[in-house]
Amino acid sequence: MSADRSKPPAGGADYTVDELLAHSLAIEAEAEERYTMLAEQMEVHNNDEVAKLFRRLAEIEGKHVAKVQALSGDTPIPHIAPWDLRWQGQSSPEAPEFDDLHYLMTPHHALELALQGECYAAEFFADIAASASDATVRQMAEELAQEEREHVALVEKWLARYPKPDRNWADDQDPPGQE
Amino acid sequence: MNPASVSIALAGSGGAGVLTSGNALLEAAAQAGWYAYLSRSAGPQIRGGESVTMLRICNDPVESPDDTFEILMAIDWRNFERFAAEIPLADNALVLGDADTGPPPGFLTALPVRYHELPLKRTASGIAQGRPNMLALGVLAELIGIPLQTITDMLNRLLQTKGQVALDAGVSCVTAGMELAQKKLPAVQRLPAPAPRSPGERLLITGNEATGLGAVRGGVRFVAAYPITPATEILEWLAPSVDKAGGTLVQAEDELASINQIIGASFGGTPALTATSGPGMALMLESIGLAVAAEIPIVVVDVMRNGPSTGIPTKSEQADLGMALYGLHGDAPHLVLAPTSVADCLFTTQWAVHLAEALQVPAIVLSDQSLGQSRAVIERPADLTFMARRETPASVSDGYQRYALTASGVSPMAIPGMAGGQYTADGLEHSPVGTPSGSAADHAEQLHKRQQKLSGFNYGRHWADIEGKGDTAVITWGSTTGPVREALARRKAAGHTTRLIAVRLLAPAQPASLGDALAGVERVLIVEQCHGQQFYRYLRAHYELPGEVRTFCKPGPLPIRPCDVLTQIEDWL
Amino acid sequence: MDTEGTTAALAARDYKSSVKPVWCPGCGDFSVLSALTKALAEMQLPPEQVAVISGIGCSSRIPAYLNTYGFHGVHGRALPLGVGLKVARPELTVLVSGGDGDGFSIGGNHFLHACRRNVDITYIVMDNQVYGMTKGQASPTTAPDWSLSKLTPEGPGINPFYPLVIALASGANFIARASTSDPNGTARMLVEAIRHPGFSFVQILSPCVTFQPEQRDWKKLVRPAPVAATSDPAKAARRLMTDDNLFVGILYQGSREPFQPRLENRLEHPTELEEQFAV
Repeated sequence: MSADRSKPPAGGADYTVDELLAHSLAIEAEAEERYTMLAEQMEVHNNDEVAKLFRRLAEIEGKHVAKVQALSGDTPIPHIAPWDLRWQGQSSPEAPEFDDLHYLMTPHHALELALQGECYAAEFFADIAASASDATVRQMAEELAQEEREHVALVEKWLARYPKPDRNWADDQDPPGQE
Repeated sequence: MNPASVSIALAGSGGAGVLTSGNALLEAAAQAGWYAYLSRSAGPQIRGGESVTMLRICNDPVESPDDTFEILMAIDWRNFERFAAEIPLADNALVLGDADTGPPPGFLTALPVRYHELPLKRTASGIAQGRPNMLALGVLAELIGIPLQTITDMLNRLLQTKGQVALDAGVSCVTAGMELAQKKLPAVQRLPAPAPRSPGERLLITGNEATGLGAVRGGVRFVAAYPITPATEILEWLAPSVDKAGGTLVQAEDELASINQIIGASFGGTPALTATSGPGMALMLESIGLAVAAEIPIVVVDVMRNGPSTGIPTKSEQADLGMALYGLHGDAPHLVLAPTSVADCLFTTQWAVHLAEALQVPAIVLSDQSLGQSRAVIERPADLTFMARRETPASVSDGYQRYALTASGVSPMAIPGMAGGQYTADGLEHSPVGTPSGSAADHAEQLHKRQQKLSGFNYGRHWADIEGKGDTAVITWGSTTGPVREALARRKAAGHTTRLIAVRLLAPAQPASLGDALAGVERVLIVEQCHGQQFYRYLRAHYELPGEVRTFCKPGPLPIRPCDVLTQIEDWL
Repeated sequence: MDTEGTTAALAARDYKSSVKPVWCPGCGDFSVLSALTKALAEMQLPPEQVAVISGIGCSSRIPAYLNTYGFHGVHGRALPLGVGLKVARPELTVLVSGGDGDGFSIGGNHFLHACRRNVDITYIVMDNQVYGMTKGQASPTTAPDWSLSKLTPEGPGINPFYPLVIALASGANFIARASTSDPNGTARMLVEAIRHPGFSFVQILSPCVTFQPEQRDWKKLVRPAPVAATSDPAKAARRLMTDDNLFVGILYQGSREPFQPRLENRLEHPTELEEQFAV
């Protein structure tokens, strides 16, 4: 299995501050929610190591959510319907796709997914930082991109602790009824 | 033979209208103040087939056909052999035919009966829009002693939509028929004049209609329907009636849809019911089990017909008892009730709705074709006592447990719309909160809960009708109660007392109550209308029976008559 | 949409129960769960006013994973449960959910008649072209040459069932196909389906990574339908003639009147019904 996405997230030149905040909140909130769901799946399937890892990632994303909310200060962040967010055809850039999971996945696989998510998020914000017409937006986007780059570094260090598993990582001696 | 009762059969074919005339006679007799009981039989054709109306008129309430018929009248004799076994004739019975429509079958004239011919067809053709069945009506009215005015009043109501010409023709035919009877027929013993009645103190109703009425009175407001003989009339009566009461009836695509629709509606808080017959209930069994497991009240009426499989759809039998009691897979305690008469169809259905709602469980009501499709004069039912009253939580908070273990076994049921009460009803075994569970402890607790809520409930005196005293008892259920009651009345008139136990609540069994009812009884006769001794075996399984036990099992399609029961008792004692 | 009052707006997670799904990691149904909770949150429906009804199968477990009222019924009979509930309680939002086996095999007859009856409910089928819970048999939407089931080792050998075609022919008022590869797009389609009056049917392609792992490729193969939704059944039928089961979008939005009896009491007292029998 591989964490593979055919489409990069869409950035764009015409974000307002509000829209930027709304999108970053969506990215982080979706990531937190997604990692929580993934952690639960791993717990139910008795893959404790990866479950703990996803829980930790969910915690970290939760802190990012708080950061974005702090960024907006007292002004409430506008609500945008999930399908009106600017990444089309997939969940938000940072959240792993549901079908990237395998019940026997190893921490290496999980962190690869996380790394890809952080990279996409960093690209997304960098794209806005480079091309937005509003200076405040560019600055805010650059801050957010920098945050994401720090996350990338963090996950890379983490990933270094877990080498790639051998070829038989997905072997299950008790298949579910199919040969 | 009961001197205060007369039994009449009216036969004909090809659209002769014997059902209309029979019903007209029934209505007139009812209006005149008598009690009456009507049933019918027909060939398989949808139209134009041979048919016979069988009517018993009596001074006292009547719940059973009599042993024999005193009068048999045929507009024509086509295919009459089909009905021969259903119309046992009294000695000296009056048999009336019409020379213009053919001679009577040989086997009839070989019997010790008095045969006369009346020119119905010829006389009718001499009256504008005259019809032989209306003449027959007049003949029969004259023989019994129903005054012309009563018949005319009844015809006014019956034919009001058909216009004045039809009404006039009807009255002329009836008058002509009366004259024919006066001139050409020997006198028959007439019924004593009926006691005076206040208008509206009695109802003229079929068992199926009474079932529907009981359902609405009990609080049913959602019905799902799939037609099947002989239950369709319940649903047809309910369609406009439950609508008037603020509910609705939906015709579903099959019985599987019907049973699940009513479970869905009941899950939503609306008391719900469906009606079917044996083959339909067999389809519904899986889902009735779902309602047991998820503790959702529903009522399923099974108007039993001859089985097995397609059987004899238009005839009665009591052979679905086994399926009703034991047909659900797993340990699935539920209610099974059975009305004992046309009148009792109303009470028992109403009671079933009440019990199902109180105990959050399916109730199967075993009616049968002979009750469902017979029309009788009954006393107007008493005031509403049993109503749907479901226990719901007074308030819901975190930690609401849909299937909480309670002393009674009944746990308050949240209804969709109640904030905080959200739960998922499930056929899977579950914990008290309602989440699916495979644990031994949860299964044991929930099994006990579902059993305890039924077995710990006080059903009161209606579980059975217990009448009379004596060291001989007859135990029966359902429609056989009528003929058994009459047989025992005759024995009493002859100086012998016999106890009758007609069971209304078949599941859960009531061993303590039956024990009390059988105190002092040394011999028991069990009467049921089936071949496989289903009731007998059920009694043996759940109850202690004293002393000697005999069974009288007679499968359909022929009804059990009072003389059949009497013979069984007299042969024994 | 009700966002009035002093209570905070409900988020998608507020529609989830605390029960952890037992679906295999990678299962498309997670995406459906996510999409459905987002849809409910967008509509701000009070959870106690929503009921999710299901049959039996992996996808039919979904009611337990939601914070709404739910009913996990018997195999194939979710639609009549939902129809009965909605007709008796029209003010509730009733969603019926399940898989392709539950819905199109044993439930096939009820599917026809539910489309036909057009009660205002939404039917969501998570289609993975296999019976997952019973460990991998062919379902009515399985390809005829799929030979990985011991029950049909040569493949089913018969045509699959075309749910959108049946829905259109039977009179469903809203017909759409979604894919779990796009949970946000699915969420939007669900909102439109729920809002559209009458019987709304959404077929969601939801891969079974355990018994049909090639379905992971669906996300590369699905594409938006080239034309917008139509209200003309004939146009919709023509589009379906060239449908390869991979076009995503709303196919049809009709204007049939939903079936909903009036439920209006006109009696002072139920005993009035006896008068017709009085002698």
